[in-house]
Amino acid sequence: MMLQMSVNSGLDAALNAATTRTLAQLPEGEAGVLDRLDLPDDIARRLMELGFLPGHTIVPARSAPGGNPRVYRVDGSEVALRRETASHLILRPSKGLL
Amino acid sequence: MSECHGCAGCAVAEPPPSLPKSARPHVVAIIGPPNSGKSTLFNRLTGLRQKVANFPGVTVEQRVGKARMQHKDRDVVLVDLPGVYSLNPRSEDEQVTRDVLAGTMPGIPKPDALLLILDCTNLGRHLVLAAPILSLKLPTLVILNMADDLKSRGGEVNTAELASELGAPVALISASKGQGVEKVFQFMEGTAAGSTAVTAPRIELPVLQDIPRCRKWAQDVGSGAGYHAPAPPIWTRRLDSIFLHPVAGPLIFLIVVAGVFQTIFAGAKPLMDGLQGLIVQFGHGVEHILPPSIFRSLLVDGVLSGVGAVIVFLPQILLLFLFIGVLEDSGYLARAALIADRTMAKFGLQGKSFIPLISAYACAVPAIMATRTIENRRDRLATILIAPFMTCSARLPVYTLIIAAFIADRPILGHFFGMQAGALLGLYVLGFAAAIATARLLKSSILKSERVPFVLEMPPYRWPTLRSLGLRLIDRSKVFLRRAGTVILLVIIVLWVLENLPVKNGQPPEIADSFAGMIGHAVEPAIKPLGFNWKIGIGLVSSIAAREVIVGTLGTIYHSEGTEDSVGLRKALQSDLSPGGAVALLVFFAFAMQCMSTIAVVRRETGGWKWPAVQFTYMTFLAYLCALITNEVVRSGILS
Repeated sequence: MMLQMSVNSGLDAALNAATTRTLAQLPEGEAGVLDRLDLPDDIARRLMELGFLPGHTIVPARSAPGGNPRVYRVDGSEVALRRETASHLILRPSKGLL
Repeated sequence: MSECHGCAGCAVAEPPPSLPKSARPHVVAIIGPPNSGKSTLFNRLTGLRQKVANFPGVTVEQRVGKARMQHKDRDVVLVDLPGVYSLNPRSEDEQVTRDVLAGTMPGIPKPDALLLILDCTNLGRHLVLAAPILSLKLPTLVILNMADDLKSRGGEVNTAELASELGAPVALISASKGQGVEKVFQFMEGTAAGSTAVTAPRIELPVLQDIPRCRKWAQDVGSGAGYHAPAPPIWTRRLDSIFLHPVAGPLIFLIVVAGVFQTIFAGAKPLMDGLQGLIVQFGHGVEHILPPSIFRSLLVDGVLSGVGAVIVFLPQILLLFLFIGVLEDSGYLARAALIADRTMAKFGLQGKSFIPLISAYACAVPAIMATRTIENRRDRLATILIAPFMTCSARLPVYTLIIAAFIADRPILGHFFGMQAGALLGLYVLGFAAAIATARLLKSSILKSERVPFVLEMPPYRWPTLRSLGLRLIDRSKVFLRRAGTVILLVIIVLWVLENLPVKNGQPPEIADSFAGMIGHAVEPAIKPLGFNWKIGIGLVSSIAAREVIVGTLGTIYHSEGTEDSVGLRKALQSDLSPGGAVALLVFFAFAMQCMSTIAVVRRETGGWKWPAVQFTYMTFLAYLCALITNEVVRSGILS
């Protein structure tokens, strides 16, 4: 896949992958701070009503067998999301990487 | 619409009602987010004086009840609204809530006062709903529920401070334990007497579309009222480490599912047999008292046996709802849905569809009633539409009779698994396959995924209360029995009339000469390609009442005992039906929606005739097509 892309955009993608993480990639028990919701407005609003707001801390908890869907601790409650949804929730880069 | 927010100057008292006291009931709506204990409070306030229906034209359930007031100078009518996080009309639930609050919902007067119920262990999030509700400027009591949880987990809130922040009275209660509920009654007495003035909140209400700002507002109000969130629920975490354990979790899930299945399938059997026995005895009693007449025949053979055939399912329904009640109230149902989600997602469904579909193996009626736990409307509709494909217990007598008559019991896998058992298993698989294929078809066409993602809130584990379980069982039985007493009674009388008219020499006719027989003859050309004759035609017409009725009808037609083990009936069928027609009949029953109880319950749960009509047409068409193919294949001898 990389071969077909221009060198530039390939580099961008690689850089992006290194610096941004999605909620789906966050390991169980590790806290992450939500940066933005990469989803259509109405879905983003639905998730924000449940506490998935930019700036809020989210901790992944237990999951169904196979890791999908997974329970997230957010805002004093626990909400399960499928991986396809969690992978559109972008986390703030953790300080260690910058 | 009414985004009149933040106008700090409009601290206007409600104008006194123009109508004299007690001229019309005082309407109070209960509103709150999902899992805030709304229904528990509603049950506390109304007891058994409630009725459940649907809001006109939608699948959203409408619960209305009379409050148990001490001073009864004016009736107080409570409306339980669906659980919502906001009033932005994106889902059917939110639209209904908005319409009721605006007074534009047909049949429901605009509420005079509101009870806003919030989970105080999660106030940061739940308080957000206070902004749009308070901006309606109706007398509102803000109820902080789960006070017992808040206290035991070390949280606190100053209700007096919160009341002055919000400009609305605040009551800290525990709806499940009944603590503080008297404050709610006091509030309703006050508003019913027209004494409560609406004051403006101290803090300006936020712009409602801006969720982060609303959250900030809620946070500020909370901290202004000295709110300290409680510690995480330790017991819930401990239990989740077992119930969601990678190995133990699925095992426990399977045990629970097997338990539900076993109970509704086998456990209900003695109760059902007992009830059946009582109904039969009652019929004999009536036969003893009344002289033989057309009327007695209508009463005993028509009404009693027909309604009896439906009422017999009551133990099954009660057991299933006892189970679902325990699972839902304890919080395990959300975990089960989580575990089942991935498998169900493969069929375009979701985790919450699992328990209803398993229940449909016993009977589609309680299964369809159980889909109420699915909040997503399209997923719920898809589950309702495929549930009747699961092999319900009413198909078994038909399967047993035809398989015993037409399929030789040659061993396939030793003595334990023969051709007959194989055929029965095949029919179960056939129904399941049709359900899955239909689910995929629906979810890729008319019920194409609403862009709402799968979101499942995990409530903390709680002990189910006997009170809530009891109320639920009474409610479900009422719904079921009311239907047995109305639609089904009507269809049964019509069928009886068709089988017993026209009267010849003062005697009811032979079934072949009755109106039912005429219908059988009339439909014969249509069903001949399936390998069915007019006698099967009569059976099909009568089985619209309920599938197993065909066995009794065929018994009458062939003058043998109308039971599935009747040797005479088996012999008669063997000589009158081709093997192709027999297998086609099995396939027809696997797919066709021959059950008016199911049709009636789908109509009720979807709020109209549209979906049952679509479902009946689709299933009948599929049944006809597959029976036609089956008959042709068997006749052509490809398989032998």
